[in-house]
Amino acid sequence: MAHPVDGLLIPTGSAVHRLPAQTKIVAVVLVVATVVLTPARSWGVLAAQGALVVAVVAASRLPAAAVLRRLGVEAPFVVFALLMPFVAAGPTTRLGPVTVSQAGLLGGATLLVKATVGVLAAVVLAATTGARELLAGLERLHLPAVLVAILSFMLRYVVVIAEELGRARVAREARGGRRAGLAAVAGGVGARFVRTYERGERVQQAMLARGYAGRMPVLAGGAATAAQWASALSLPAAALLVLLVGRLLVGVGG
Amino acid sequence: MHVPDGFLDVPTSVATGVAAVAMVGTALRRAEREITETGPALPGLTAAFVFAAQMVNFPVGAGTSGHLLGGALAAALVGPWTATVVITSVLLVQALLFADGGLTALGTNVITMAVVGVVVGYLVARLALRFLPPRARSLVPATALGGLVSVPAAALAFTGLYAIGGTVDIPIGRLATAMVGWHAVIGVGEALITAAVLGAVVATRPDLVHLGRHLQPAGSPAGGPTRVRLGRRGLAIGGAVTLAVASAVSLAASTHPDGLEYIATSLGFAGAASGSPADRSPLANYVVHGLANPWVSGAAAGMVGAVVPVVVGLLLTFLAQRRRGRAARAAE
Repeated sequence: MAHPVDGLLIPTGSAVHRLPAQTKIVAVVLVVATVVLTPARSWGVLAAQGALVVAVVAASRLPAAAVLRRLGVEAPFVVFALLMPFVAAGPTTRLGPVTVSQAGLLGGATLLVKATVGVLAAVVLAATTGARELLAGLERLHLPAVLVAILSFMLRYVVVIAEELGRARVAREARGGRRAGLAAVAGGVGARFVRTYERGERVQQAMLARGYAGRMPVLAGGAATAAQWASALSLPAAALLVLLVGRLLVGVGG
Repeated sequence: MHVPDGFLDVPTSVATGVAAVAMVGTALRRAEREITETGPALPGLTAAFVFAAQMVNFPVGAGTSGHLLGGALAAALVGPWTATVVITSVLLVQALLFADGGLTALGTNVITMAVVGVVVGYLVARLALRFLPPRARSLVPATALGGLVSVPAAALAFTGLYAIGGTVDIPIGRLATAMVGWHAVIGVGEALITAAVLGAVVATRPDLVHLGRHLQPAGSPAGGPTRVRLGRRGLAIGGAVTLAVASAVSLAASTHPDGLEYIATSLGFAGAASGSPADRSPLANYVVHGLANPWVSGAAAGMVGAVVPVVVGLLLTFLAQRRRGRAARAAE
């Protein structure tokens, strides 16, 4: 079944795409946690971990341009990270014409690297996992059934509602030009909520009519085999190994 | 306002994750009765609505546009427990599918936006409703006030978490002032958008608004849809409230300059936290130089701190809109 939010999925049929969603979710969370755990100044370790995630992008055969474009989500924190050298405490250093906090400079740079690796890992997850698989994976990971059901309705209707809001905007601009007041825009959004609510009631009626008894059908995500778990978890394991080896080398080097 | 990975250390992220699971679990249990009554479709569609509405550009006056965060609005529309579940769903999808907000920061984001933002917004709206005439139209200013307060409250909650597990040493007093000052401004936009959207709902289907369930069915005797107008007066009142809040917060911050620094000194590990370059800046320690009374000057610094981001923000959006306008004209 084609799914609207599957617009995020970039199907290339790679081995990463074929892994069950639950193994990918766990692997991504663990690899990001390992990156966050890596202490500042361990640039070598962070670079190696970044390279591992990039290797997964390559293994997924995702187009680089699309991946780079999706990294744009990060833009707001880039600003924050760039501000950090100017607001953090501690001893200062001169950087060209300005005086900045050393801790802030280090922290800002570390934050930028870690957040980028985190976003990249999440982009890989979204680009290799369809919405339905993702829900099945979350169900397999024992997310409460009510929450899975709510998420599935959300994903099913988010594109519908966004398109309706888009059509309302086009209609408004066609009648009144581009300069609409707050009341006009909000009136459309408020009306959309009323319609959404009524649609929710109709969906519930339709479900009851078809025998819904308070339990959604199981999404039938298959159990993952030990081999699948092993191949998914090899990514966080490698990231952790890099971290441990890096720490050991620092220890030996003094 | 979505926190990325790497802002908070791993122990704090794990702790916020566990706390978030407990809080959302509680919300799910409390919302269960409503959800079994309405089915999962209604909260699911509400989550889709919040998600889609967050992408709408609202003109909030003075050539500026803003985005809805939706915590207080969702709480007013579907009740605080369901709203927590709804906003959590939105955050979960944003983190998993849109890489918006870190996966290790999901607990932090759920606590600040889905719990603190929703609960504070709801409680403030409930409180405000007590002092307003008991009719459906009162829902609008009450929820707007909830929206106004919920945004800086969420920012303050983040500051608190950052004080526990922040990865970079930023003086907490300064962070709190900056976060609350900036988000008080965002809160004004949130209040305006919340009021306008809720006003449109109250005008047609006041019975749908959860917050107003105890009120008499409106529009019965007077007839005709209630119209809620928000003009310059609303903007002026919002601005005045923001300035008052920012002054009050910085007053509280400046009477005890930097609570964490004070604790650090008394515990004896405040070696590095001195002599920052900003000490020579005009707002150093939130006291405006040249004003003798420390209380007055502290409050003045708060007001300046709130005004500067507004001016900078207005300037930036003005420039961006001009560019966009030019691009649109070029495209036509």
